[in-house]
Amino acid sequence: MPDGALPVLDVKDLKTVFRTRQGEVHAVNSVSFDLKPGELLGVVGESGSGKSVTMMSLIGLLPSPPAEVQNGQVLFGGQDILKADDQTLRAIRGARIGFVFQDPMTSLNPVFTVGFQLMEPLRKHMGMNKRNARKRAQELLELVGIPDAGQRLRDYPHQFSGGMRQRVMIAIALACDPQVLIADEPTTALDVTIQAQILELVKDLRRKLGMAIVWITHDLGVIAGIADRVIVMYGGQIVEHAPVRELFANPQHPYTRALLETIPKVHGERDERLRVIQGQPPMLGAEPAACPFRARCTHRLGRCDRENPVRVPVGPDHDAACFWDAGTGGARDV
Amino acid sequence: MFDAPADRKTLVEVRDLKMHFPIYAGLLRRHVGDVKAVDGVSFDIFDGETLGLVGESGCGKSTCGRAVLRLYDITAGTIRIEGEDISTMGQETLRKKRPTMQMVFQDPQASLNPRMTLAGIIGEPLDEHTGLKGSARRDRIYELMDAVGLNRDFANRYPHEFSGGQRQRIGIARALALHPKFIVCDEPIAALDVSIQAQVVNLLEDLQDKFGLTYLFISHDLSMVRHIADRVAVMYLGKVVEVAAREGLYADPKHPYTQALLSAVPEPDPVLHDTAERVILTGDVPSPSNPPQGCNFCTRCPQVFDICRLKDPQSREIEPGRHVACHLHNEPQAAGETAA
Repeated sequence: MPDGALPVLDVKDLKTVFRTRQGEVHAVNSVSFDLKPGELLGVVGESGSGKSVTMMSLIGLLPSPPAEVQNGQVLFGGQDILKADDQTLRAIRGARIGFVFQDPMTSLNPVFTVGFQLMEPLRKHMGMNKRNARKRAQELLELVGIPDAGQRLRDYPHQFSGGMRQRVMIAIALACDPQVLIADEPTTALDVTIQAQILELVKDLRRKLGMAIVWITHDLGVIAGIADRVIVMYGGQIVEHAPVRELFANPQHPYTRALLETIPKVHGERDERLRVIQGQPPMLGAEPAACPFRARCTHRLGRCDRENPVRVPVGPDHDAACFWDAGTGGARDV
Repeated sequence: MFDAPADRKTLVEVRDLKMHFPIYAGLLRRHVGDVKAVDGVSFDIFDGETLGLVGESGCGKSTCGRAVLRLYDITAGTIRIEGEDISTMGQETLRKKRPTMQMVFQDPQASLNPRMTLAGIIGEPLDEHTGLKGSARRDRIYELMDAVGLNRDFANRYPHEFSGGQRQRIGIARALALHPKFIVCDEPIAALDVSIQAQVVNLLEDLQDKFGLTYLFISHDLSMVRHIADRVAVMYLGKVVEVAAREGLYADPKHPYTQALLSAVPEPDPVLHDTAERVILTGDVPSPSNPPQGCNFCTRCPQVFDICRLKDPQSREIEPGRHVACHLHNEPQAAGETAA
């Protein structure tokens, strides 16, 4: 992916609020990022950090009410898709932007054959006739490594194992040759040996097809293996963004640093005691007026209680939203 | 086999444990087969140690943990806890034994009664098994809440008012209520966020030191097991394929399945990803109701050879304290037989 190439997806200042009976939840606050052609952008965060809601809001998949996208701009192919009407969005979703969700059993329809579900986007979006769609569906199943593809088109989702179902989901997402693939925790429900198979498959598909991918996960190990760039989310905001090697070698935000220290490793040195991030993630009841991580931060400064830090450059293509400077160990000069 | 080091005594001894669940089918609900969830498992747990039990979903690790506590009527085998055989013990005698052996469950949401307050949940085992009343009972509840780091003011709250990590602390406090010696922790951190997992694991380690507890720690998270366990048993399709001390297992896995499992764990280090050689297993785990002939792993094993498809390998101690069930690690004469 050449530097400076025009991004395929450009998100600016996205803000999503849920209005519930218990009050408002500010799930996504001023989130901005871009996705370059052919790259794999990893989005890391814990549950409730806003990573899934961000992706759901930018393609209008959140039910409204209770969700409301209050602000922002999402440029896809030169068009602001937040302002697009339903018809335009339908032509984009599933065709030019594909999705893979966490749980393949609940995202496949149990009463239709896998072949029918694979052919549906081909017929709807590409206007193929039944025969061509069936042929293409078989090619897609072969592409994602399902043996005996022609036969298996006639099978129902329950006849596939978890890993095979996720391969079917990937095949459906790829059916219309999308420019962008959004994968929301696609391997979280799978066992490690099956996860390793799916990760290999995705690497292989990227080489063959070259689409841009947004990969949402809470697993830093997975991110380390496949991402080009990473954004770290906490409390509905992006707290750090960097190329993958830079992020792991030189993390700047105290949250990223602590997260990397809490996870035990399978190889290398074994810590006698795990480092802990004390406390709980924040409730997002109001628009944050201060840093969302301050209550759990070991480098808290006076300013952190008064202002919410914005992202500032801390290295080449690397930025962090923090008043504390990891380099000097003191306050950042911003 | 499984000789304890001279200074350690065996607390839990499991021999050839089998837990089969019958399958009934057809109009007459005839018995047509069995799901062999646990199929001949043997291991020891020494006093005061943590034995990690790892494996993928469906390998029978949770069933094994529950069977060891006799939460099922087991199909075959023996379980001795403190030298006492509990494998065929009647429910009433077993109930008297329960205080020494407790369990912490995976899902703190499902394992806590939503209509009981925190004090009610932690106090229930005290009502069932001790005569503690009034202020003595309340003091014991407070003591347990202190031990797991829950604020005493929360005693009258309900489970839904707590976060996942705090709920898991409630489950741990309940398990500790009767001064147990042995606790089965069934995926206690699987439902928690990364930053909360470390809090709960550290708590479990502190409690082990403080009360001299022995854990069977069941998990699919190999890196966390490496952190918490002293010895590790690896399960595949109802059988234990390898048991070893932690360092040996992680540094030099012997069974091909252990090797594949360890190499599949994605490490949080991009440089390592580019250099590491991976063993990617093909295919899926066979059904435990219809395991393959011979070695259970023969359908996916990258080092499979003829005898694996004919004969089920027996577990052998290949070095002190290290047991492997694989034809690759058979005695030389046995390997000679296969060549003949």
